[in-house]
Amino acid sequence: MTTPIYGLMAEFDSPTALVRAARAAREKGYRKLDAYSPFPIEDLSGALDLHKNKLPLIVLAGGIAGLIAGYLLQYFVTVWYYPINIAGRPLHSWPSYVVIAFETTILFAALSAVLGLLALCGLPMPYHPVFNAPRFALASRNRFFLCIESRDPLFDRAQTGEFLLTLDPKEVSEVAH
Amino acid sequence: MADDTQLADPPRDVIAPGYTFGSITDQIAAVVLTKRTPVFWMACFSVGFGLLLLFLWAVAMLLAKGVGIWGIRTPVMWGFAITNFVWWIGIGHAGTLISAILLLLNQRWRNSINRFAEAMTLFAVACAGMFPLLHLGRPWLFYWLFPLPNSMGVMPNFRSPLVWDVFAVSTYATVSLLFWYVGLMPDLATLRDRAGNRIARLVYGVMALGWRGSARHWSVYETASLLLAGLATPLVLSVHTVVSFDFTIAIVPGWHSTFFPPYFVAGAIYSGFAMVLALAIPVRSVYGLQGLITGKHLENAAKVMLATGLIVAYAYILETFTAWYSGDVFEQAAIWHRMTGPYAFSYWALITCNILLPQALWFKRVRTSPVALFISSIFVLVGMWLERYVIIVSSLAQDFMNSSWGIFHATRWDWATYLGTIGMFLFLFFLFIRLLPMISIFEVRTLLPQAKVEKESRP
Repeated sequence: MTTPIYGLMAEFDSPTALVRAARAAREKGYRKLDAYSPFPIEDLSGALDLHKNKLPLIVLAGGIAGLIAGYLLQYFVTVWYYPINIAGRPLHSWPSYVVIAFETTILFAALSAVLGLLALCGLPMPYHPVFNAPRFALASRNRFFLCIESRDPLFDRAQTGEFLLTLDPKEVSEVAH
Repeated sequence: MADDTQLADPPRDVIAPGYTFGSITDQIAAVVLTKRTPVFWMACFSVGFGLLLLFLWAVAMLLAKGVGIWGIRTPVMWGFAITNFVWWIGIGHAGTLISAILLLLNQRWRNSINRFAEAMTLFAVACAGMFPLLHLGRPWLFYWLFPLPNSMGVMPNFRSPLVWDVFAVSTYATVSLLFWYVGLMPDLATLRDRAGNRIARLVYGVMALGWRGSARHWSVYETASLLLAGLATPLVLSVHTVVSFDFTIAIVPGWHSTFFPPYFVAGAIYSGFAMVLALAIPVRSVYGLQGLITGKHLENAAKVMLATGLIVAYAYILETFTAWYSGDVFEQAAIWHRMTGPYAFSYWALITCNILLPQALWFKRVRTSPVALFISSIFVLVGMWLERYVIIVSSLAQDFMNSSWGIFHATRWDWATYLGTIGMFLFLFFLFIRLLPMISIFEVRTLLPQAKVEKESRP
């Protein structure tokens, strides 16, 4: 019995080869797989059947929260906490609240976009098994990787390895945990 | 359809032919990861550092003696401080325009210049922030600007444009920083993977937050970039609008006008693109990046400058026309004083720098000559500074009552503080190009023809 591994990693030298391989692996029935590339490749979302992410909803919620917070802050201060009568104008002078409410909307929405991005990606993550793949440093330079993870029900070290070799990769390697 | 036009006209002019994913990565990363520092860098950094020390000296004097060391006297209490604030904030706007608005408009040429333009934004906003802060007189009490519960039981007045400005500028600084950092993450991962030095690997690794280029992450990342761009676009327009509210909400003649917001936004983009050119032209030739920041980029930036410069010219004409047509003697007098009064030299110098000289950009020979572009961008930067100076100082110096008129004279400390922030800007900018990739590596990779996935003819 050998030590369990995280998965098998195939290396490709073009985005086209990676997308083709990802599509083939999906067709073969593999589901727990991920691709790694030095820049975003739109076609991979289709090839890997990535669902629409929830980030827009998070940002919308953040923006609405910012709008309400900014407006209520000004309402609270100018009407209740520290009312000042300026030239007999109403204390609830909503037109002058618009600017700050707008700025807090943007601020909260942008913060939720960034925090949402990190949360959905599970970052920061100082350690991840894929970094154990021998040539993985090139994933941030000019190489494209496809990893079939061992938690996939169809995963079999020998068979999956053979399957990956049929995809015409530069190299296939095991990824230690 | 879009694909067909791509193939018919590959983006050959936004990136030189012959680049590969590897060579792009190596060339941009090498600027940071090399041990060799060019003499040009040393020289510019030294100038920046020297002026930064001058800034620290001026600030120390200011804290010790008070704002009286500046030339601000009644009635011109805004003087250089607010002029410099508006100038710096305006310069920052081009960075956000390039990174956000051009992203939404799918202008791919922005990919090679957005990183350093965003850095320029951040540093320009930092310089801008210095002036209102120091102008407070007691800068250590700056937190009174925020609605924090305090033992005095007072709160800021949310009906004041000056308080709006606090919120607008602090939001702008925060969002610009977030946008810049999100854009840096994949490139920090590249530097982590390429750094030979253990410490560099550790520092870049921590900053990259464990980015590994997973397709799942990229898909969320693309959504996040688009959303941030969508948020930054109205933000950048709002920031200079709010800055112009500092003037228009007041009833001072020469300020109280509804066309200030678009006029200020156009002026901001004008000066910002001038700064982009003034930085890009020397840096690209020193680091041999002409293949990545090509003549096409410079020409596009020049065209944006020409367009926004014409909007600014229209604003000057409209300003004069409105004053005449309003029949308001004070408005008429304010414009007349600008043209013929004690600040006439500044006024005509700004017309020359902002309107007359940049008309040279109509000629392709000027737009394709880096030297000519560099010179015209410096003129625009000077002109835009003079514009803010004239708006602020001449309007305040001569308002309604002759008995309350007074002329502003800048002191050596005004100049020291202003030059000092230029030093701070250069200092931060050159640290940035030494320590972080000045061109977005991953976005430039997507400009290559081989980055396109070939469509297979599926049976």
